[in-house]
Order: sequence, then C-alpha cells, then structure tokens
Amino acid sequence: MKPAIVCRNLKKRYDVRKKDPVDALVGLDLEIRAGECFGLLGPNGAGKTTTIEILEGLLEPTSGEVEVLGMRWGEHDEAIRQRIGISLQETKLTDKLAVGETVRLFRSFYDRGREPDEVIAAVSLTEKTRAWVQKLSGGQKQRLAVACALVGDPELLFLDEPTTGLDPQSRRQIWDIVRDHRKLGRTTLITTHYMDEAERLCDRVAVVDHGRVIALGSPPELIARLGGEHVVEFALANGAADADGPDPEMLAALPSVRDCRLEAGGYALTVTEPHVCIPALLATLRTDHGELARLTTRHASLEDVFVNLTGRHLTDERETDNTAP
Amino acid sequence: MKYYALYELFLCRMRQFYREPEAIFWTYGFPILLTIGLGIAFRNRPPGQVEVAVEDMPATAQIRAVLADDEGFDLQVASADECARLLRKGDVDILVVADGEGYEYRFDSTRPEATLARHRVDDALQRAAGRADVLQVADTHVTERGGRYIDFLVPGLLGMNLMGGGLWGVGFVTVDMRIRRLLKRLVATPMRKRDFLLSVIGGRMVFTLPEMFCLLMAAWLIFRIAVVGSVISIFCVAVVGALSFAGLGLLVASRARKLETISGLLNLVMLPMWVLSGTFFSASRFPDVMQPFIQALPLTQLNNALRAVILDGASLPSQALPLLILAAWGVIPFVLALRWFRWTY
Repeated sequence: MKPAIVCRNLKKRYDVRKKDPVDALVGLDLEIRAGECFGLLGPNGAGKTTTIEILEGLLEPTSGEVEVLGMRWGEHDEAIRQRIGISLQETKLTDKLAVGETVRLFRSFYDRGREPDEVIAAVSLTEKTRAWVQKLSGGQKQRLAVACALVGDPELLFLDEPTTGLDPQSRRQIWDIVRDHRKLGRTTLITTHYMDEAERLCDRVAVVDHGRVIALGSPPELIARLGGEHVVEFALANGAADADGPDPEMLAALPSVRDCRLEAGGYALTVTEPHVCIPALLATLRTDHGELARLTTRHASLEDVFVNLTGRHLTDERETDNTAP
Repeated sequence: MKYYALYELFLCRMRQFYREPEAIFWTYGFPILLTIGLGIAFRNRPPGQVEVAVEDMPATAQIRAVLADDEGFDLQVASADECARLLRKGDVDILVVADGEGYEYRFDSTRPEATLARHRVDDALQRAAGRADVLQVADTHVTERGGRYIDFLVPGLLGMNLMGGGLWGVGFVTVDMRIRRLLKRLVATPMRKRDFLLSVIGGRMVFTLPEMFCLLMAAWLIFRIAVVGSVISIFCVAVVGALSFAGLGLLVASRARKLETISGLLNLVMLPMWVLSGTFFSASRFPDVMQPFIQALPLTQLNNALRAVILDGASLPSQALPLLILAAWGVIPFVLALRWFRWTY
C-alpha cells in the first residue's frame, strides 16, 4: 500500500530577507503509512506546526519534497483538499453561527462527505446542534473543529495540537474520535507535546526537535531503546544532588541500571529490573549519603525518551526557540 | 442532500449580520437618525424678524416709532454702550444711531443676515420718510420641488452610507476573519475562493438595499423629500455604488493583519470623500484645479448619480458616465484584491 504522506529533506526558513532568518525545519524526513495514526511529538517551537502546515498545503517549504496521498501541492491542490481534513492549532470559528450551521457550511465545500448530523453525533455534540459557537466550552469548540475536519469524510486527517489546554475528559473525547477514525482504516497525523497522548493514541511517533526528526518508531520501540523499561527516581533528605550527593556515574554502574541523570532536586535511573536495582541502590545510599526523601518507580515513557535524547524535558519552556543548533 | 457552497456561505453571512444587534443599529438606525437631525437643523425657515437696536436718545425718537410699528422688526432700545454690546454679541443684526442730520447703520457686512437687515431697515425708514417707489412690482412666493437643503442632503447621505457600508462591511469582516485564522481554515478546504469573496460582497448588497429603502422612506415621510426618479433606476445606481465600495473594501483589507490597521486604512480612504465628494455641500465649492481629482472619486460620482436620479428623475442611460467610473472603482480593486489577498495570517 502506498504511504499516505512522504516528505524528504524538508526545509523551512522564515524571514528569509531579514538579517536573522529562522530555520524552523532543517531537513525533515517522514513516511506515514496509510491507515496508521502517526504522532509528531516535540516541544513548542520544534517545528511540528510548520511541518503539518506544509503537509496541509498552507505553507510552502523553502526546499524539499512533499507527497500527500500520492499527489503534490501545486499540481493537484483541489484533489488533495477534497480528501484531507484539517484542524488547525487555533481557529476561532464564527461565534454567532450554530454548531449545525457551521458543520453544514464546511460540508458544502466538499464534493462528497458525511451528513452533518452524523458527524455532529460522532463528536457527541448532538445536543448542541442549535447552540451558537460562542456558547460552547473549550472542549466542545475543539470537537466542533474536529467535526469540521471530518465532515468531508477525509482519508487523511490532520490534527494540530487538538487537546492543548483541554481538561482530561475533553482530551479523552478527542482521543475517542481519533480512534474511531483509525478504525475506519483512515490515516491520522497528529501533533502534540503531551507524551501520554502520543503513547496512547499513536501507532508510531516521530520525535521532533530543532527542526528535524531525532527518533522514529512505535512508542514501545522508542521506550525499549532506552535499554530499560523502568525509571527509578529518588531524592535525598538533605536535598543534595550535586556536590555532596552520590556520583551519577557510580549509580549508573549499579546492577540493572542503564543510565543515570540528575533531575531538579533528585536522580532518575533507567532500569531494566527494579527489584534488582533498588536493594543495591538503598545499600549504597545508606552507607554513604543518609536519608531518602523520596523513592518512586514507574514505567518509562516517551518523556524519558525525549530527555534521554536531548537532555531536556518536553515542557521545558527555556528551550522553545525555533533556531536549529 | 445536496450542498451548495456559495449558498451556504451567503446564508452564513446573513445570519452573522442579523444576529448582531449593534450592526443592525449602525446600518439602519444611525443613518436615519442622522438624516432627521440634519434635516431639522437645516430646515427651511421663512426669514424671521430683523433684530435691530436703536440708541436711546431724542434724535432717534422718530425712527424708533417707525420700527416699533412694523412687525418685521424686533426693536431694542438701549444706551450707547448696551447697543454696542448687543451688536458685538450678535444679539442684533444691525444698530441704528443718529448722526447729525441723518442716521448711521452699523452691521457686519460679511454676515448675509446683517446685510439683509440693513436693506430692510433702510427700506422701511426711507418709505416712512416719504420715498416713492417708481417701479410697479408684485411678489409671488414659490418653492421649487427638490430645491431645499434636505433634498440635497438625503441623496448625499445615501451615498455616504453606501460607501461606509461597503468599505466597513467588507473590509472589517474579512480582516476579522483573517485574525481569527478563519480564512486560513476555509482556504484549507476545497472551497473556491471566488465563492467566498462573492458571498461577502453579495451579503453586503443585501444589507444595503433595505438600508437605502428605510432611509428614503424616512426622508419621504418626515421631510416629504421629492423622489422624482423611478425606483428601479435608484436601485440600479445603489447596486453599482455598493459593489464599487465592496470591491474597494476588499482591496483595502487584502493585507491588513490587525483591526487597528484596517480601521486606519478605511478612514484614510473615506476621509477625502467625506470632505470633497459633495455629501453635505456641493463639490463645486472647491477650486477648479481640484475638480478633476474630486470628480474621479467614486463617492462624488455616486452622489451625482443619486441626485440626478432621485431629484431630477434622470434616466439610467444619462448616468452612464458616473456609473462607468463607479464600476471601474469596483472592478479594478476586486481584480487586484484577488491577486493580493492574504488568506493565511
């Protein structure tokens, strides 16, 4: 089966004519298979929105090749638009139009599509069909935006940060909509900076940072690449994590520990077998470094993958510039 | 069920409009209130009494008697100082003082009513003194239909409304949609751009025509405006005018990314036309060197055509030139706007 999206060596430079051009993308490659739910995961400013908007035909890349459903922007724009559905990162739909009227309007742009009422039911807004957009909650507005993306019965669905700023229940409702779309055998490309969202929803994810893909694979694969599937985190009662604390390299040499890194106020160990690691760790700490303030163990997540690759957290706001290294 | 994009887009424009009560007031209520206000301020009055002051001294006793007898004069008799003060404040149009053998008129000759007062006072005093009129004359009072200020004003206000409605209605709405990223969302669908632009312009037309009708009806009911021309001709001129300003509005809005920007640009476009295009007073008051520029402005041509059709009952073919100039102001900006219009933010 042909891939839904292929892009090769995608580059995008903003403010080309100004003194300090900004390189949002510095050679990004992707191949998204038909029928999968694919996640672009990365911090703010990594280039996710730039990538998705180039794929949607809303931005022109500075260079690179893009194929969407086997077609190219600039040659088959109308045909591509008929077959994709889009939810932008921020769109304020018309306040004074009702939900039903809005979906109906979007339906009218497509040659073929689903019935507005059916799509509204699919995003659980049937009761709000006659309510004005301005009366909807944030989660309801976002579901309406997704309904507008679905009403053309798209083969390929683009969702740019569909759950940012939503409460947990609204997020789950959006996830259900995406899963339903996937069950129909359709393709979804979703961007997010929530690792749990990517883990639960996506067949494969590409971790994007500084305008390029730094890791690609299914969430379990990426986590497995850490070498251990568990994370043991601890902090010492005296708060010492640097000078007085144990040497990270020494901790990394403990049995079953694959990696050790310093975190704000504590340590995080990537571990294959916690039941082997923890007794050894406790023995070490007891002899040399005093009381434990905290000790937790959990499954490794995509967040750990990102930290492992970049040394930063996904939500680390200090590192949200667009510039490439 | 079949869905037609142009129809749905147009329907949504309509709904957005009538669900906005403020918009309805500014479109329909405000112009009518403006017309009523101006109509009252500039209503035609018969010339009233002449306000005249005479110094209180024995030498003026005779003329005081003459002026006091005549109902056309409102006489004030006062001391010299008080008289001078009344004249300076404009409470009286003219001051009469005795001056040796004769009299002296003091008035401001740059004020038309003061000059009129001088002639009426003089006329009354000369006749009382025994002047005989040599020519036999008779006065016949006539009022030319459509010759009052309010008759001049109403077509101008119609034109100004068409301009404001077209420019704001199209310009502001599209920039607002651009800021909301709604244009970007729309252009990400297979929607035809032409359909969208037509729906915005078409929506504007549909709001404009009832507005014209309300304003004309109000002017007719309250001020008995003379509507001589045919309704169809007035309608056609209004349609061309509305289209023209809608096209211009689209061009002005084609790049703006802030509401402040579009407000400034629209005011910049409208300001010269408010002043120059003969809405409140005739454009011919400006010097001849400015006339080619003034006549090239769309509002000037719209006002000319509206006045010709409404007040003189001119036929549409006779208004071909103004309509052509107007249409050019609509079509050329529309074509440019199609090229320059930014959909993404």
